[in-house]
Amino acid sequence: MTDSKYFTTTKKGEIFELKAELNSDKKEKKKEAVKKVIASMTVGKDVSALFPDVVNCMQTDNLELKKLVYLYLMNYAKSQPDMAIMAVNTFVKDCEDPNPLIRALAVRTMGCIRVDKITEYLCEPLRKCLKDEDPYVRKTAAVCVAKLHDINAQLVEDQGFLDTLKDLISDSNPMVVANAVAALSEIAESHPSSNLLDLNPQSINKLLTALNECTEWGQIFILDCLANYMPKDDREAQSICERVTPRLSHANSAVVLSAVKVLMKFMEMLSKDLDYYGTLLKKLAPPLVTLLSAEPELQYVALRNINLIVQKRPEILKHEMKVFFVKYNDPIYVKLEKLDIMIRLASQANIAQVLAELKEYATEVDVDFVRKAVRAIGRCAIKVEQSAERCVSTLLDLIQTKVNYVVQEAIVVIKDIFRKYPNKYESVIATLCENLDSLDEPEARAAMIWIVGEYAERIDNADELLESFLEGFHDESTQVQLQLLTAIVKLFLKKPTETQELVQQVLSLATQDSDNPDLRDRGYIYWRLLSTDPVAAKEVVLAEKPLISEETDLIEPTLLDELICYIGTLASVYHKPPSAFVEGSRGVVHKSLPPRTGSSESAESPDTAPSGVQAAEQPAVIPTQGDLLGDLLNLDLGPPVSGPPIATSSVQMGAVDLLGGGLDSLMGDESEGLRSDVGGSPAMGGGGSFAPAPSTAVPANLGAPLGSGLGDLFDLTGGVGTLSGSYVAPKTVWLPAMKAKGLEISGTFSRQVGSISMDLVLTNKALQVMSDFAIQFNRNSFGLAPAAPLQVHAPLAPNQSVEISLPLNTVGSVMKMDPLNNLQVAVKNNIDVFYFSTLYPLHILFVEDGKMERQMFLATWKDIPNENEAQFQIKDCSLNADAVSSKLQGSNIFTIAKRNVEGQDMLYQSLKLTNGIWVLAELRIQPSNPSFTLSLKCRAPEVSQYVYQAYETILKN
Amino acid sequence: MIHSLFLINASGDIFLEKHWKSVVSRSVCDYFFEAQERASEAENVPPVIPTPHHYLLSVYRHKIFFVAVIQSEVPPLFVIEFLHRVVDTFQDYFGVCSELMIKDNVVVVYEVLEEMLDNGFPLATESNILKELIKPPTILRTVVNTITGSTNVGDQLPTGQLSVVPWRRTGVKYTNNEAYFDVIEEIDAIIDKSGSTITAEIQGVIDACVKLTGMPDLTLSFMNPRLLDDVSFHPCVRFKRWESERILSFIPPDGNFRLLSYHVSAQNLVAIPVYVKHNISFRDSSSLGRFEITVGPKQTMGKTVEGVMVTSQMPKGVLNMTLTPSQGTHIFDPVTKLLSWDVGKINPQKLPSLKGSVSLQAGASKPDENPTINLQFKIQQLAISGLKVNRLDMYGEKYKPFKGIKYMTKAGKFQVRT
Repeated sequence: MTDSKYFTTTKKGEIFELKAELNSDKKEKKKEAVKKVIASMTVGKDVSALFPDVVNCMQTDNLELKKLVYLYLMNYAKSQPDMAIMAVNTFVKDCEDPNPLIRALAVRTMGCIRVDKITEYLCEPLRKCLKDEDPYVRKTAAVCVAKLHDINAQLVEDQGFLDTLKDLISDSNPMVVANAVAALSEIAESHPSSNLLDLNPQSINKLLTALNECTEWGQIFILDCLANYMPKDDREAQSICERVTPRLSHANSAVVLSAVKVLMKFMEMLSKDLDYYGTLLKKLAPPLVTLLSAEPELQYVALRNINLIVQKRPEILKHEMKVFFVKYNDPIYVKLEKLDIMIRLASQANIAQVLAELKEYATEVDVDFVRKAVRAIGRCAIKVEQSAERCVSTLLDLIQTKVNYVVQEAIVVIKDIFRKYPNKYESVIATLCENLDSLDEPEARAAMIWIVGEYAERIDNADELLESFLEGFHDESTQVQLQLLTAIVKLFLKKPTETQELVQQVLSLATQDSDNPDLRDRGYIYWRLLSTDPVAAKEVVLAEKPLISEETDLIEPTLLDELICYIGTLASVYHKPPSAFVEGSRGVVHKSLPPRTGSSESAESPDTAPSGVQAAEQPAVIPTQGDLLGDLLNLDLGPPVSGPPIATSSVQMGAVDLLGGGLDSLMGDESEGLRSDVGGSPAMGGGGSFAPAPSTAVPANLGAPLGSGLGDLFDLTGGVGTLSGSYVAPKTVWLPAMKAKGLEISGTFSRQVGSISMDLVLTNKALQVMSDFAIQFNRNSFGLAPAAPLQVHAPLAPNQSVEISLPLNTVGSVMKMDPLNNLQVAVKNNIDVFYFSTLYPLHILFVEDGKMERQMFLATWKDIPNENEAQFQIKDCSLNADAVSSKLQGSNIFTIAKRNVEGQDMLYQSLKLTNGIWVLAELRIQPSNPSFTLSLKCRAPEVSQYVYQAYETILKN
Repeated sequence: MIHSLFLINASGDIFLEKHWKSVVSRSVCDYFFEAQERASEAENVPPVIPTPHHYLLSVYRHKIFFVAVIQSEVPPLFVIEFLHRVVDTFQDYFGVCSELMIKDNVVVVYEVLEEMLDNGFPLATESNILKELIKPPTILRTVVNTITGSTNVGDQLPTGQLSVVPWRRTGVKYTNNEAYFDVIEEIDAIIDKSGSTITAEIQGVIDACVKLTGMPDLTLSFMNPRLLDDVSFHPCVRFKRWESERILSFIPPDGNFRLLSYHVSAQNLVAIPVYVKHNISFRDSSSLGRFEITVGPKQTMGKTVEGVMVTSQMPKGVLNMTLTPSQGTHIFDPVTKLLSWDVGKINPQKLPSLKGSVSLQAGASKPDENPTINLQFKIQQLAISGLKVNRLDMYGEKYKPFKGIKYMTKAGKFQVRT
């Protein structure tokens, strides 16, 4: 008597048969029939035709039958909305049932019937259930709100269910609290800006209490919610950590990892000198190790997260190397992850063990794993200098095994070792050359050719070796062809007499017989270089190469910090922020680690009177938000600017200047390994222009941008008339090309005749055309926001730059930033979205009507309490009082009165910010002393420091 | 949260689907099948698979893939832990978790799954609560139900659902009150060619079977609690008392449960109870190789090592093996190249050995890799870490329970490289 009998069918036709049984008078027969229907449903058969018959069975006292019918309803109500209405009455009735189990069942099923028409009828019963006396019903109702929200968000908001749900966070029953948190989190995910989970110390306390008493799943929801909270100082962070640490001993690994997330995030706020910090570090290691003894699927997720954790805080697991040793029957996905972490943890102390293991792995069966193990040996050599010699000899041992893929992989990594330690291990070249014939993979061949070319002077038969490759030149992959070309040119430069024929052969092969533009260009450049100036050619081609960095695959720090906030989530498995892959989240909230606070901060800035902590207690002129989470919203809102398609990069290169374009492509080629200092590759070029030199990063042949020149002009005329704008700083690089896939952004802020603008230069340093630009600001202290979309009228070709003046207004949403004048910007183009932040000078916010009446000034000065006064020194300024006054006026700082007291000039000045804050100033100038004293009074003293900075900038430029 | 669940058998048929939100078409599993094809073995199918609109998280247990479908950012461990809970529940309900069993009880399975999640949120995952809601099928109950027309769905709210001790129902009664604890330790080790330990760690658990009347409050203390510095507890254990006194204090669930699991890390010295002497060589030129292994006890504290089983995956080039064991039976499967030798007990006076020759593919070159030897064994009455229970006390109830404690050491992933 098993359920498999429900699958048997009869000749007459299943549906017909079932229909008859469902309408039978016998209860037992009815139930059996419903079971058959459910059984068909579970295997994906369509039994929706039986809808009315099944629903007829709903009115029953038999709970099992009722549940079965509900199961059916949930599956098919959507396809039969009109019929589903029939069920409403029963639900409403069941919600009044004396048995809480029935009430909960009704409210649970109701939410699963995803039919718009029905939802309206369900609001009343749901409202009742949310306030039910039985906590089991309440907790079920809480989830029902999330369900309903998914179907009809507007309805849920109109009916005030969200508020009721928020109230449930303070419920006396921990299970209800957990479900309310879970429901709110799910709703919040689809509405990132709604700020549903408004956490404050009181609600946090309630959550922490509920954490101890609710089920494991509830604990996960609560911990994930806690991780979004931003404690106000290090003490609060510590107390939360203390209450979360017991969760590390939970049997459920998801609870453990969520607890790790909370701790990793709040640790950021703790001072490293604290005893507690050390204790916490120690406590984190054992649970992470334990996760590795779980089932392989759990291990995999754990390992991906540990990979992030060891990058952020390597000290936690530095003694636990051995748990990452690979067992031969681990699934391959676990093996590869373990290997990755082993390299990250490798240090001088444990390198011997690691190497012995890696050598062992290199003899395993799985080819992918073996390759990665060989590669890992090379990475160890590069990372731990003391071990390099041992690594090289291990690699040589492996080459002796003659296993084809091992040899090839070993040669690829030995090339990298040569790059890191030039002129040290060349003795092995002979061994490498022996294996020349067995190489059949492009990467290995290219590596070998590079070695031969690089050390041509030490290899007697280098010309023969390279010549042997040349025979099949056209069958090689591009990578090998390029490498071969360069290697032969190197050889020629080193041994010009014997190899003239060879070099001519390769140059003609590359330039005349090849269709590949990269190869052709590189061939022409070499040809030209060699024929015009062999000395210069030597300098370029044989230039000393920069050493390669130690760790090649570290995650970029800002991304790492963001990912730490996503420990335990899918984002941590993919090592990408959720914005990069999660579908359905309509907006993306960027999470960031909390800043370190507490005593250390005030120590950093001793001369600024109002510190951040103090500012929060002042009457809030700037609304302070509980969480500092930036929400650089998705950029798809702005209309994409599309232009006609233009020529591809290679064509353009040929047209403008063969040498210039070709050189770029040559230098930019990573595999080439030829990043000489002579030309400066495009990817690196941006690095030098961090200094506030006006737009040096823009290639000269495109003409110097006008912006800086204009800036200078205004500088000269500054203070002459009020009509001219305020001081404009020269453009600085905000977003270096290296960080933004070739897009370089430099810019500055200006204010002219009452309007603020952001003057940008966008430079394309990539090799592909950029288009579809858009820009967006994060919420900031003064509500700065773009007043118009970013207009780039034509796609930006490689090496081109464009100047844009983006008008700004101050009506955007406001959030206090630290520092106050910090502005976080997101720029999008067809390639990706990039984020950077910049500081804007405060004087762009000084409005034109900032001149206060004399009387008013006096009254206000007296009215503002003395503790709001801040004094600053402006050093090394040689202007006299009148020049100062006129210069400042150009930037909307108005002198109201000037007095001479005991040989000192006193200027009384006022200014007004865009948000209506008045700042009063007293500037004392002594004729003989180049340092001025500036006293500022303001009702919002946190701005004083930035006003002072503005003064300095204006007066010194 | 968790959208849907698909159960897929080894041959790639979806034999059960359950949806907790809207219905997700089963074509989403095509992405899973693709990944399955790419993986050489079922174990190697990656646990997280992205598809354009969903994510598939899967576990592979009892030759069944449990594939969960999620749509938004959900902690993957949460999903995987839940899937494990589903497997455990099936096993608890039906004794075994197999495709046949699930098909035979498909309606119960469906009802249970419905109780476990609501809208993707876990609802009731404790087996005692589930069993009160949906009674497990037994032959007797099926007969009774057919005669009386009663159901196997409980119509009362399970008492455990909301109490402070959700893991225990009230009103438990037994005539024989007993509490048994099993301390089981598994050694995971990697031993290198020369016989020295590369890494060894112990995964220990204390499994309990508690059948006590009423609401007993137990405390369990250890002779050497310092060994336990990395522990995971059942939610019933009071963490504060453990922190301060190193005593396990708890109101136990009714029946079988895992009280705690612990981990003795590689940094402590772990005793290795057996050694393997091996001499395996694949001679070049000739097509014959030599094979010889001997297993012997070491650091067993005078206990017998039993249930010894040696398995080894031979390289592809091995055609056959002609071996003679001194005891036990051995099999070499020429298709999978898996050698397994069921040794049985180790007699320290006469060490078991397996000797013979290996025939290799003629003309092929010597295999590159060395086979790893996998070892299984059991030692009764010994916890290899040295963990010892001091005493068990019961408060809150008046009767005197039977108490018992058993120790056992087993090989976990115990590997010897050659």
